Amino acid sequence: MMNQLIYLRDVVTLSLDQIKCVGCGTCLLVCPHAVLSLTNGKVEIANRDACMECGACAKNCPVEALRVRSGVGCATAVINSMLGRKDSSCCCTIESEN
Amino acid sequence: MHYTIEPGLYALGKPDEHSQVLVTANYKMSFDKLRDALPGRNAWVLVLDTRGINVWCASGKGTFGTMELVSRIKSSGLEQIVSHRELILPQLSGPGVAAHLVRKLSGFKVVYGPIRATDLPTFLDDGLKATPEMRLKTFTTLERMVLIPMELIEALKAGLIITPIFFVLAFLGNSGGAWTNALRHGLFASVAILAAILAGAVLTPLLLPWLPGRAFSVKGLTLGVLTAAGLIVFRWIGWVTWAGRLEVLAWVFLITAISAYLAMNFTGASTYTSLSGVRKEMRWALPLQIGAGIVGMILWLGSNFIA
Repeated sequence: MMNQLIYLRDVVTLSLDQIKCVGCGTCLLVCPHAVLSLTNGKVEIANRDACMECGACAKNCPVEALRVRSGVGCATAVINSMLGRKDSSCCCTIESEN
Repeated sequence: MHYTIEPGLYALGKPDEHSQVLVTANYKMSFDKLRDALPGRNAWVLVLDTRGINVWCASGKGTFGTMELVSRIKSSGLEQIVSHRELILPQLSGPGVAAHLVRKLSGFKVVYGPIRATDLPTFLDDGLKATPEMRLKTFTTLERMVLIPMELIEALKAGLIITPIFFVLAFLGNSGGAWTNALRHGLFASVAILAAILAGAVLTPLLLPWLPGRAFSVKGLTLGVLTAAGLIVFRWIGWVTWAGRLEVLAWVFLITAISAYLAMNFTGASTYTSLSGVRKEMRWALPLQIGAGIVGMILWLGSNFIA
């Protein structure tokens, strides 16, 4: 994947139970960072470090083969929660093109 | 600041019962981007109530979610308006919507469209197929530049609160009558804080892919050190006295701490950082930033009061 920005190594909570996987491929469609691949009817985690734990794959897995502790990777939000503030002024003050 | 539109079913052009149904958020910009991407086409647009938040953020929060979609299908009467049972959703609504549950609960099949609305015409013309590029969330230089004003304004607000404190402390420290000395200390503090903010909130986002390290704090630290080095050259005269040396050293710590902290906070605006990763980075970076800030403050106070 050319020019793909990658965050820290070996840190994400993404896990896959290949025995449960039915190979429907929906997870590949919703992943915004091409983390997963489909070979011989089974999904594989091909690019683990590119995962941002958005949770789309696990949410759309009909057989719960994928698991991830999802959340927004935002330092401000982590600090706010440490301080007991419920201020989610993080990603959502800035609008993407969607 | 949020621009909201009424949730419900909208007609784009002159759609009929066979026309495709595109789903979006009730943030006005999301709706407009979708509309602008499809000139001259006939389609239905189902707008969900995401409280004026864009698709990706709303899906992360769950407001652009399975239940909202299912109930909006019902309340809009979509089943009577179209004869088919297919919805096109933006890919980035994936964190909130479970496609298989939507089908089970409403009978409608969810098709995930491209990330960018501008790719929709190609997606529709290619028989609802997205290329791998259409499925990748990018973070280009332009996309990062757009975020800089927001980061800068927030940092400058904090800077405006901190800077007067340095002036007050400088005057207290030089109360022996050396007012020009105090003024000089205060003015240099303003310049240094501004430089640190530019390093952390402007240059770090701009140069993100080319800065060393993966952790954002490391990227900000690098630029902080370079900025501090630049200022030392600018204030080379300071080296002649002990107070001057302390002051210069103080700003090396303070600028680096501020720049690294601001860079770390840019994780929230980035499109690729995970929560686990941010937590891991913060565990070591935040104590170091606070530590460097404290050391810097002690050195700076020393340069004012001891000399």
